[in-house]
Amino acid sequence: MTETPTGAIPARELIRLSAADLANRLAAGEVTSVEATQAYLDRIADVDGGERGVNAFLHVNAEEALAVAAEVDAIRATGGEAAGALHELAGVPIAIKDLIVTVGQPTTAGSKILEGWHSPYDATVIKRIRAAKMPILGKTNLDEFAMGSSTEHSAYGPTRNPWDLDRIPGGSGGGSAAAVAAFEAPLALGTDTGGSIRQPGAVTGTVGVKPTYGSVSRYGAIAMASSLDQIGPVSRTVLDSALLHQVIGGHDPFDSTSLPEPLADLVAAARMGNVEGMRIGIIKELHGEGYQPGVENRFNESLDLLRNAGATIVEVSCPNFQYALGAYYLIMPSEASSNLAKFDGVRFGLRVLPEDPPLTIERVMAATRASGFGDEVKRRIILGTYALSAGYYDAYYGSAQKVRTLVQRDFDAAFEQADVLISPTAPTTAFRLGEKLDDPLAMYLNDVATIPANLAGVPGLSLPGGLADEDGLPVGIQLLAPAREDARLYRVGAVLESLLEQSWGGPMLDRAPALASTADSVDSSAVTAAPNHGGSL
Amino acid sequence: MAAINREDVAHLARLAHIEMSSDELDRMAGELAVIVDSVKSVSEAAGDGVPATSHPIPLTNVFREDVVGHTLSAEQALSGAPDAAQNRFKVPAILDEA
Repeated sequence: MTETPTGAIPARELIRLSAADLANRLAAGEVTSVEATQAYLDRIADVDGGERGVNAFLHVNAEEALAVAAEVDAIRATGGEAAGALHELAGVPIAIKDLIVTVGQPTTAGSKILEGWHSPYDATVIKRIRAAKMPILGKTNLDEFAMGSSTEHSAYGPTRNPWDLDRIPGGSGGGSAAAVAAFEAPLALGTDTGGSIRQPGAVTGTVGVKPTYGSVSRYGAIAMASSLDQIGPVSRTVLDSALLHQVIGGHDPFDSTSLPEPLADLVAAARMGNVEGMRIGIIKELHGEGYQPGVENRFNESLDLLRNAGATIVEVSCPNFQYALGAYYLIMPSEASSNLAKFDGVRFGLRVLPEDPPLTIERVMAATRASGFGDEVKRRIILGTYALSAGYYDAYYGSAQKVRTLVQRDFDAAFEQADVLISPTAPTTAFRLGEKLDDPLAMYLNDVATIPANLAGVPGLSLPGGLADEDGLPVGIQLLAPAREDARLYRVGAVLESLLEQSWGGPMLDRAPALASTADSVDSSAVTAAPNHGGSL
Repeated sequence: MAAINREDVAHLARLAHIEMSSDELDRMAGELAVIVDSVKSVSEAAGDGVPATSHPIPLTNVFREDVVGHTLSAEQALSGAPDAAQNRFKVPAILDEA
């Protein structure tokens, strides 16, 4: 590990600072952005590569990141108006899920079909991150086209969970969550279509937020299911997600689903510090049977903490949530089959020629898609084509859209009784790599608690809720709020996080095992991180 | 509701422009049959009176001013294409004339 020679803060401590803390120290001149950015790049070089590395990054953007960092440092050193005009997060590095297009770096979507492709334009969220002068560390791994719950469907190998390298980091945004959990980045961007920000957050002990649909521009996020997709923040603290959410949010004329009106002040909500008098609703259908006992125990502890802090806990019922998973697995593949039609060997990336003549465009498309797409993507395209085909459309896609109305009505009724809803984020802790790879249906069940929010467009936040008794692995607590009321998530989330950290005596990630360096290792068996889930979190 | 079989998958794969081997068709038919069976309940969940929702937060009449803005140049738009010529995407024969 490289120590920063001149910095007041050693690199190993620098990388563990929250984004808010790092931003304060940058502003105070205690540390430079180049030092912080270099510390993260060194950490990536140290733990990400090799057979037993985390494999959170598909591309590392060192040169550009250091150039942006140096620019911020130079502006700060000059002082005056330019320094005063710097964004609060200027100089704080960030990692980007490789589903979001970036000029100057490859964008693969975790697929062979886009290998080597470079976008000619930046996503709106990337433009905003560049405007805030946040150094971009690189692009993070994901299930191919964000289709999966384990990051095992990446064409570039799975990401490993920093808590246990033999387990999945969740998906599809496993790379972003693992990068933040392994202190390879203080912040990251993810995308959430059915839980792809929140579920990886839950199983890696990090914070992840799916904003209200339309409140963060989707322009430049490679679309999977356009009526469900949403870009959002990944971080180690609730406040850090609020800070990032404010950078990327707001109306964008390039996205016709973008909400015209701004959200309430999210950072102020995260700093409010009380939940007295708030009504917090337990969703009857989203805990209990089918949820791991250790998940259920940590969930109940969070309820006790909120109750003691003056919140009123009520129980609500959302009976139509039982159909949500089924509806999702009709709507999502239907929209995906249409969105992915553009990857045909004509405009982007790969072109594969059929082995035998005739060499027609139709046969080139079929050969390109056969070789460029992985199994899960093919499964979903076929399923979606089926659900949309003549004779089945009403029974499948049409019915699923009606269920969507019923799920929205359930949410509406629940939010009459409660200001915020609460549930475990995922039914289990992280499972072993390979465990569910041959059983698509078992894999889909991971998203049972996160999917309703996407169907209804409401915002959701997952935060660390402790470690499960039976396996010592992270459990996530999910908060849900009405559409446009994202501020409530940050208000309750920050209070719950602070109460939980008081009960643990520090952040949950302090209990994660130390990652061994993989940088110089040839013998992969020698660098297995020692399991160290101990403690009574 | 009909179960999905191997011939269905072969037809859908043709529609979706994905070449599939015989083994792949067998495997995919088995997996999709299980998935389709599990989502069956959706078609019985909602009655006729329930309206469909296609978009979670509906916005109506999203227009912008009709002004010329920045667009990608032909060179930029073609930069990621497998083949291009004369400022256009270049593809093999569109019709099978063999």
